[in-house]
Amino acid sequence: MSDFEIIPVVESKDIVAVRHAVRQQAVKIKFSLVDQTKIVTAASELARNMFVYAGGGEVTLEVLQEDARHGLRARFVDKGPGIANIDLALRDGFTTGRGLGLGLGGAKRLVNEFSIESTPGKGTRVTITRWR
Amino acid sequence: MGDFLLVTIQLDMHDQLASALQDDLTTKIAEANAKGVLIDISSLDIVDSFIGRMLATTSAMARVLGAETVVVGMQPAVAITLVELGLDLSGVHTALDVEKGMEMLRNRISLPELGNTDVRF
Repeated sequence: MSDFEIIPVVESKDIVAVRHAVRQQAVKIKFSLVDQTKIVTAASELARNMFVYAGGGEVTLEVLQEDARHGLRARFVDKGPGIANIDLALRDGFTTGRGLGLGLGGAKRLVNEFSIESTPGKGTRVTITRWR
Repeated sequence: MGDFLLVTIQLDMHDQLASALQDDLTTKIAEANAKGVLIDISSLDIVDSFIGRMLATTSAMARVLGAETVVVGMQPAVAITLVELGLDLSGVHTALDVEKGMEMLRNRISLPELGNTDVRF
């Protein structure tokens, strides 16, 4: 049983739309306030990364149910320049932009599952999941 | 005599708003010759690295202009998340609420008279 919601990220205000959508789904599946805050913050970081480094992309939210447990999965897909060195990009403080370099590594710490695939010149796909 | 500025962030902070806040606030500090700034973030349900950095740089800018800044009202869930995210807010003074923030400012700046200017976003 799953529910999909797609949020396009085209301008910087769409980062707020992503936060709202993630919050709404997290509330719906009864995440604790701290868990809600963690996945919303992670989504905000990743949506901003997508906007800043890839000029935008698309976020897909999916509510998961495995036996008795619920989860929320968010997938961030862009057609940007891709990431040449993922290990380096995950390291705190590493940035090619003007940010703090906390986006990827920080988002990873805030969720239960994190995966990233990237092809230079083609784009990047980051998937995060948090379970209740 | 310098005043205190109270900034209450009421809207969801999108990135451009955060940048605008920084510009407006530094202008106001200079205009009002403010010696202290309270930024109330109690209605923010998240602080990500962008907003966190904005708070840190605003505080640094205010200091250059001669004003101390205290960020007040951070929700506990936001504080927990910020630490896990890895954001270092060690350069920013924080207090539980406006009252405690005022107390902190009074202790840091010995001002006999306290004015108050409200700036709402």
